[in-house]
Amino acid sequence: MKKKQKMQKKAEIKSALKINFSTDWKYDPAPESADHIKLEKKYDLFINGKFVAPKKGKYFETINPAKETKLAEVAEGTEEDIDTAVRAARSAYEKIWSKISARERGKYLFRIARIMQEKARELAVIESLDSGKPIRESKTVDIPLAAAHFFYNAGWADKLDYAFPGRKAHSIGVAGQIIPWNFPLLMAAWKIAPALAAGNTVVLKPAETTPLTALKLAEIFQQADLPPGVVNIVTGAGATGAALTRHPDIDKIAFTGSTDIGKLIMKSLVGTNKKYTLELGGKSANIIFEDAALDQAVEGIINGIFFNQGHVCCAGSRLYVQESIAKNLIRKLKDRMETLIVGDPLDKNTDIGAINSKAQLEKIQSYLTIGIEEGAQRFQPACDLPKSGYWCRPTLFTDVAQSHRIAQEEIFGPVLSVQTFRTVEEVIEKANNTPYGLAGGVWTDKGAKVFSITSQIRAGVLWANTYNKFDPTAPFGGYKESGMGREGGVHGLYPYVELAS
Amino acid sequence: MLDLTTLDAKDTDGKVKQLCRKAIRPHDSLPDLPSVAAVCVYPNFVSTAKEALSGSSVKVAAVATAFPSGMSTLKVKLRETKWAVNQGADEIDMVISRGKFLAGEYDFVSDEIAAVKEECGPAHLKVILETGELSTLDNIRKASDLAMEAGADFIKTSTGKIQPAATLPVTLVMLEAIRDFYYRTGKKIGMKPAGGIATAKLALQYLVMVRETLGQEWLSPDWFRFGASVLANDLLRQIVKEQTGVYQSFDYFTKD
Repeated sequence: MKKKQKMQKKAEIKSALKINFSTDWKYDPAPESADHIKLEKKYDLFINGKFVAPKKGKYFETINPAKETKLAEVAEGTEEDIDTAVRAARSAYEKIWSKISARERGKYLFRIARIMQEKARELAVIESLDSGKPIRESKTVDIPLAAAHFFYNAGWADKLDYAFPGRKAHSIGVAGQIIPWNFPLLMAAWKIAPALAAGNTVVLKPAETTPLTALKLAEIFQQADLPPGVVNIVTGAGATGAALTRHPDIDKIAFTGSTDIGKLIMKSLVGTNKKYTLELGGKSANIIFEDAALDQAVEGIINGIFFNQGHVCCAGSRLYVQESIAKNLIRKLKDRMETLIVGDPLDKNTDIGAINSKAQLEKIQSYLTIGIEEGAQRFQPACDLPKSGYWCRPTLFTDVAQSHRIAQEEIFGPVLSVQTFRTVEEVIEKANNTPYGLAGGVWTDKGAKVFSITSQIRAGVLWANTYNKFDPTAPFGGYKESGMGREGGVHGLYPYVELAS
Repeated sequence: MLDLTTLDAKDTDGKVKQLCRKAIRPHDSLPDLPSVAAVCVYPNFVSTAKEALSGSSVKVAAVATAFPSGMSTLKVKLRETKWAVNQGADEIDMVISRGKFLAGEYDFVSDEIAAVKEECGPAHLKVILETGELSTLDNIRKASDLAMEAGADFIKTSTGKIQPAATLPVTLVMLEAIRDFYYRTGKKIGMKPAGGIATAKLALQYLVMVRETLGQEWLSPDWFRFGASVLANDLLRQIVKEQTGVYQSFDYFTKD
């Protein structure tokens, strides 16, 4: 009996062990300078190679979500503006872009890519100011990857015969493209680059909270002497996007955003001849097996859910941990979360920046309450938050059941729900038990296990022993309610061509 | 958090005394600077160093167990250890038998560490893994776990005689092993990256890693040491720069 008590006491002491991360070694601020950034007070619509005022003369503000201050006023495009833009795109398509040689098209794209690289620092700072994402991410992911998409697709422009061997690839016409606020410039690149490479012209509608880098991209198009009308950028909110999808002279719609809007767009396209691709929401499973390299897996989990404040459609927001390692892994995860720095997006030390908008913050906060009401345990590290701006602490929910809303619905914020599993069959069933199917991660030391499990998960992208790795050569897209079609790679060219034999 | 080292075959009493002087007062024009944590010498210089450092806070560490190769019999290694401790060494830096480790004879390596630990008595035992010869991070993790289980007070990356010596990834793996061992047993183990850390800037990166892996308590000379003599002068140079606003020539800082 005594021995048992002793052992119990020892176990209690051990489970009470805690590493003290609140050190007296503080980090100094390391802000990226924003002095060199030139923003206009007011931005017009970019139509036919020029910035033109919106017909109805309406403008809206775009703000810095980290400070709640106005960055610029941006034109609100209406149905009339969309019509002008589509006409410009049609005329550029018929008179220039479908006529010039494929090599010429490629040259323009290479030129755009190079100018983006030259302006990388400026673009990164503006992206962080407008969207709230940490400068570390905009500098190392968003901007370089956006340029890479132009470089990659530039290479395809005169090699379409090799992309589709034995077939003749024809361009389709004018593409209407609607992009989200989570990766503003990168999404613009994902959409514009393959469209132009395949010989189409574009009308792009950026998200209303993050229009600035798309407008900077318009300036780059001017600098690159891209023929007028090849790309037109019409800023605005939902109504502007709806006008674009409704326009009768659009040949293809490419949309990235929420599943709800995706469904609306799909309905509105019924009975038309428009092609479409949809990149929608997700609730991706990140699966950790007992034989995984745990410390690496922790980094992957953190990156999977807290990258870009969790505003990532393929975020690994459902964590499945094998029960035999669950206690150990969750402790490691909590320790790691204690060292995350939430704050000024322009600070190079920042891990988690500002939530993109007030509306999104409120949505995330409602899920933080829902999780507790459903009976899950919530954990948040004790990090400091700035006074103004939209912020959310990184959050972990344990004791989560598959039936909980926090395990089923896309939160699109830095909120991770953790469930445990015992067997391979169980975790595959759970991972697939969702209306979504965008992405997933598997962590194990065994190669054979990787291939066996990833082939049974119904999702478009699966990562093994890593997460959120993107490359222009790799196709990206979802199963089920996560979307239709693929972007990136050769697959990403398909939606922009008509194949003749 | 810094150890000064002289481990040359051409070492003499004179050289060791000079180094000890620098260990106590790293830069004479800055008399308020603290002393370094320890001076690391061959066993035959322990008494010289001990005498030169008497009255200071600087500890004497002796490399033992047929440093740096470890190629000798257990009996010789144990006698060397005992002798160094008797001479007054506060810390013993031993090397593991890398050949045996790579041959999978983990019991041999473990028993050897345990035996040396017993000979150390009150002296602290640092176990040098010589990570540059272990080749994979998996091996480094395994060797770290093995050394800690066998009784190491500190685990140390390198002898300084083999390249690569300390690197950031290797050190991270060892810090993670220390953290997991702490959670498993409640025992704190120290960490010493040695060799290859020449600049204050790089040292800062190591300290950030310690801070983010093991937190406040490890940020002390009791639990973390740099084995990097060259680092000392770059640190001095940065400190002087902070005070004067300009970088001084290296000629203004003594090598020993």
